[in-house]
Amino acid sequence: MTSAPAPTPTLAMPRIHPGRILIWTVLFIGGVIMVTPLIFMFSTSLKTAGQVYDLRMIPAAPTLDNYIKVLSDGRFLRWFFNSTFIAVAVTLSNVFFDSLVGYTLAKFRFRGRYFVFLAILSTLMIPTEMLVIPWYLMSAEFGWLNSYWGIMFPGMMTAFGTFLMKQFFETVPDDFIEAARIDGLNEFTIWWRIAMPLVTPALSALAIFTFLGNWTAFFWPLIVTTSQELYTLPIGLSSFAVEQAIQWEMIMTGASLATLPTLLVFLLLQRYIVRGVMLAGLKG
Amino acid sequence: MAMTEQGAPTGRPNRPRVFWTMRRRQLLWVWGFLAVPVLFYGVIRFYPTGHAFWLSLTDWDLMSEPSFIGLDNYTRLFADPQFGRVFRNTFAYLIMGTPISLVLSFIIAYALDRVRFGHTFLRALYFLPFITTASAMAWVWRWFYQPAPIGVINDFLSGFGIPQLAFLNSTTWALPSIMVTAIWAGLGFQIIIFMAGLRAIPNTYYEAARIDGLGEWAILRRITLPLLKPTTVFLVVFSSIGFLRIFDQVYNMTTNDPGGPLGSTKPLVLMIYQTAFSSYEMGYAAAQTVVLFTILLVVSLLQLWILRERT
Repeated sequence: MTSAPAPTPTLAMPRIHPGRILIWTVLFIGGVIMVTPLIFMFSTSLKTAGQVYDLRMIPAAPTLDNYIKVLSDGRFLRWFFNSTFIAVAVTLSNVFFDSLVGYTLAKFRFRGRYFVFLAILSTLMIPTEMLVIPWYLMSAEFGWLNSYWGIMFPGMMTAFGTFLMKQFFETVPDDFIEAARIDGLNEFTIWWRIAMPLVTPALSALAIFTFLGNWTAFFWPLIVTTSQELYTLPIGLSSFAVEQAIQWEMIMTGASLATLPTLLVFLLLQRYIVRGVMLAGLKG
Repeated sequence: MAMTEQGAPTGRPNRPRVFWTMRRRQLLWVWGFLAVPVLFYGVIRFYPTGHAFWLSLTDWDLMSEPSFIGLDNYTRLFADPQFGRVFRNTFAYLIMGTPISLVLSFIIAYALDRVRFGHTFLRALYFLPFITTASAMAWVWRWFYQPAPIGVINDFLSGFGIPQLAFLNSTTWALPSIMVTAIWAGLGFQIIIFMAGLRAIPNTYYEAARIDGLGEWAILRRITLPLLKPTTVFLVVFSSIGFLRIFDQVYNMTTNDPGGPLGSTKPLVLMIYQTAFSSYEMGYAAAQTVVLFTILLVVSLLQLWILRERT
């Protein structure tokens, strides 16, 4: 940035050890192996049925026919919409409620505070699998089977998110909140307008985690949906793949369609996503 | 901020006694904030937990009324030869999956942490699988494992004259094949967490060690690994729980005979799914979920205890 000449050119060009090059190369090869399934998936989705057997990475004559075929029956678009709607709605709910509860537990002193906190935290020990049968019976009773609400309700709040947000709200100085109180703001406004903006990194971490978790969720949506109309993308893809039997180019097209959106989002927001995962993993 | 008691002297005669003190108003806000969440946790978490325990003591096919049968489901489960097999499978995923994925991810994170050139790019390569959908990628791997003309791995092996492997059609190799898919899917997350842990170690420790003349290997053993312990403990527990609950990959890679061939890949969660939603034996399935819960609890506590002992 400065107009001064570069003082030490040796710093800009670090000495290159042969060892370093070796490590880099090994890491690079490992990384390529990691993404090989993704590359083959995309390349096969661009091949015709006849070309699938030739395992070239780059298709001889790439074609979008498979995509047109898969998308033309409309089911994938529907599943895509279902997944997006559900993941977004559950994420919004978690961002709202988890942080509201986390804030309340972090910033208010009241009788029962510790009990509420422990009660919520204790639900972390209960695996989803154990709750799935009662949830199913509950959904059957209230007519929630095959509905968006049926897919969404178990995840509307999470103990993990609440705990994460509580940790972060504890770092918000009490003075800010007191000052706002003196200014006559009500408690909701203090939380929403003063405290929330101070924990945006945590909020984005929570949002990323919740969205990814719900976008890829399989077990509960598989149980609660029986009508194709309400399948989420993972369930839809699974049933589609069974239907296609051994038409691998079609299955790979479906898999690509299920994977592309998250890949695009990742490429755009890599920094935030990695940071969010680090944050959530370390504090959680 | 003490609460104003009834009849406490107010001092000023003109001012009406305040019922809505600061404190009381705040309490109202607090419980207003907590009302919906408390209801949610009660109805969607605690009630179903109790319900699952209760169901595990009943015999119920969803058609007739549930009938109380005491611990019969549990005695039946422990005598069930299928359960023995499923139990072994579930622990096979754990015992192979957790150490392999942790060692791999640590080595990669350790190396990646030192790389400057193309760091973000390399990291992205390793992280990408984590954000894919398990059910989609299970089908890609399933295709990889097909016999030679079409299966990528067998095709690659045959190029070196190595005989065909049956992978998903073999009772010996199907479970490890599925496990590789699961390790692949979770590796990126573990690498990122390890890298965050490595970054959190203050540089001064390393500088001091270098001044003391410690070599790379000694630094790794005496400084990096001990200071990384909280991260490692977290990942051991997290990854173990993941492998004990494996489902998505198994379900999608064995759709023609779920958990097959011959039940050789079936984990506990798949058995639960089939008992509850294929045979509709709700009571029996609930008993299996209680067993899963117990396994998860015991394994996590055991790991926390063992890893704490050595500090």
